[in-house]
Amino acid sequence: MDIYDMLFWILSAIAVSCALGVILSRNPVTSVMFLILTFFAISGHYILMNAQFLAIVNIIVYAGAIMVLFLFVIMLMNLNADVEPQKGQLVQLAGVISGGVLFLVVLAAIKTAAPQPIEKTSTDIGLITNLGKVLFTKYVLPFEISSVLFLSAMIGAVVIGKKEEIPNIQRGE
Amino acid sequence: MPVNSTHYLFLSLLLFSIGIMGALMRRNAIIIFMCIELMLNAVNLLLVAFSKIYADADAQLFVFFIMVVAAAEVAVGLAIIVMMYRKVHSVDINILNRLKH
Repeated sequence: MDIYDMLFWILSAIAVSCALGVILSRNPVTSVMFLILTFFAISGHYILMNAQFLAIVNIIVYAGAIMVLFLFVIMLMNLNADVEPQKGQLVQLAGVISGGVLFLVVLAAIKTAAPQPIEKTSTDIGLITNLGKVLFTKYVLPFEISSVLFLSAMIGAVVIGKKEEIPNIQRGE
Repeated sequence: MPVNSTHYLFLSLLLFSIGIMGALMRRNAIIIFMCIELMLNAVNLLLVAFSKIYADADAQLFVFFIMVVAAAEVAVGLAIIVMMYRKVHSVDINILNRLKH
């Protein structure tokens, strides 16, 4: 067992236990903290697999921006463990059984797949130079379309989030 | 036994199933949203693993685009949740079944 395998098992244990913490903790803020730890473990996996650029983007975008947004909304609504709505025991058990059944079915499907060995030597396909070359030649059209997606998402968030005063004004006129 | 593709398949399947369980177990809309992020990340992990195995950069760019879509999704989704909280002063998804009346 070399250092790659040891790091794989350690990071996997952190990722799975923190993911369980996300769904089991009563306090939403604790859930967010566990999810950030899960994202850091997944970023560790990316670095292990020579995807350095994606590891940094994962930390900046997910752990940095998205989770701060979640935390901000949770604190805005003043949610804590006392006001946390709970499902009945039976529904929770049904949820766990459904997820477990999905796990077992897909596990049975991929169990017989031929294992592909992983080259543990360092490659440079995950560096920003190579990714940028592929992104701006082969995938330049999806890249431009994603900018339109971002613009529409931004406008949509503003339109949804603003207070509904315009219909009242129109009714008053 | 050295780490191979099957390990990564099992790991991302486990993370995905945990996300499914969380989405079915919880009633808080924000936690359900976080479980969806967890499922997206499980898929990203598998794509990077296969990018490493087949030495191909395309899979890593797909991860990049998934992150773009996830960021847009979070912006719109959180706006909807804030709007819902402003209307009913709760993030309990069971309240949303009033929509059918």
